[in-house]
Amino acid sequence: MARITAGISTSHVPAVGVAVDMGRTEEDYWKPMFAGYDFSKKWMAENTPDVAIIVYNDHASYFGMEIMPTFAMGLANSFEICDEGYGPRPIPPVMGAPELATHVAGSLITDDFDLTILNVLEVDHGLTVPLSLMFGAPDKWPTRVIPLAVNVVMNPQPSGARCFALGKAIRRAVQQFDGDLDVQVWGTGGMSHQIQGARAGLINEPWDRKFMDDLINDPEVLQYKPHLEYMIEAGSEGVELIMWLIMRGALGPEVDEVYRFYHVPASNTAVGHLILTPKGSE
Amino acid sequence: MKPNYEQFTDIPGTTIFTIELAHVGFELNQFCMSLRSAPNRDRFRADERAYLDEWKMTEEQKSAVLNRDFQRMLDAGGNVYFLSKIFACDGLSYVQAVSTMTDMDVPEYQAMMLAGGRNIDGWRSKKERGEK
Repeated sequence: MARITAGISTSHVPAVGVAVDMGRTEEDYWKPMFAGYDFSKKWMAENTPDVAIIVYNDHASYFGMEIMPTFAMGLANSFEICDEGYGPRPIPPVMGAPELATHVAGSLITDDFDLTILNVLEVDHGLTVPLSLMFGAPDKWPTRVIPLAVNVVMNPQPSGARCFALGKAIRRAVQQFDGDLDVQVWGTGGMSHQIQGARAGLINEPWDRKFMDDLINDPEVLQYKPHLEYMIEAGSEGVELIMWLIMRGALGPEVDEVYRFYHVPASNTAVGHLILTPKGSE
Repeated sequence: MKPNYEQFTDIPGTTIFTIELAHVGFELNQFCMSLRSAPNRDRFRADERAYLDEWKMTEEQKSAVLNRDFQRMLDAGGNVYFLSKIFACDGLSYVQAVSTMTDMDVPEYQAMMLAGGRNIDGWRSKKERGEK
């Protein structure tokens, strides 16, 4: 039987990918941020999953406005790296997990989630920066990946409650898969950031920290937080945090906090990061 | 249920990219998407006006792009992730481009971020700020 072994959440700032690719991680500006992931890299080396379901958003990299799916899952054998305007990141392609992905996608659609199926997909920094943060710069990624893209760019976005329910449905689907697999669910994006308009650069650390507390201890209430509050308190792009609710929903009712990290700034944003495991699983 | 877009209009200095604004900005954002390919970036750099004229953009949208006025592009339906293809093409980082939408220059903005970012106090509501 397949099982959900952990949930990871992390910001996915594009400049972090540039810092890794250009060998700048030891520079004064970046050192404290990357140091916050030292524990995670070690932990991940000892707890590498067979498959990571990575919940992320595309940043007008693969999806234009011709088609804007609310939830979309990548079922392919592999996913190439997008050119986001600076040329593609010089990193290995991301290997998929079609057998588990087709099972999970089928299960989710049967569970009334209107999932878009992607048999071709190029992935952007939303997915690749978290891989770099958790695995560094290997020749080949040590886990297979199922990309789950969520529209958080265009309003209306899916509600927090729907994201949380999707996470729960992913948990059921994975547990029903007939194969001996360790599966992690990653929720990426956030924390507080606003990268447009006169209010750009907004950081609300107390709100971010409370969000992490609530995500761990009180997600059944947190799922009803209105998007307007994310936009006011965490910035117009802070609504990305609803993707962390998908990760949290996949872990079950109670979790153990393995690790927490928070840092300001990375480029225009705050960086938040959690490692959680289902209660009593370790 | 009808979405309540009105609720976003009280957030100061913020343009929420709604499904309605996405419709207004479709051609502008499609032009931005075209800059994901290196040959198109070269063509745009070689003659910006001629390249823009290949798109069914409004004159206002084209003029905002030529002047690199990102706030005007947002107002005309652009979304920052799409617009990032323009500043990527110019060789600018997010910090350099984003700061141009504020009342700060790049060093001032960078200093603000290093000091913990923009404090939210006073930035929650236009009404509270006495703005319309």
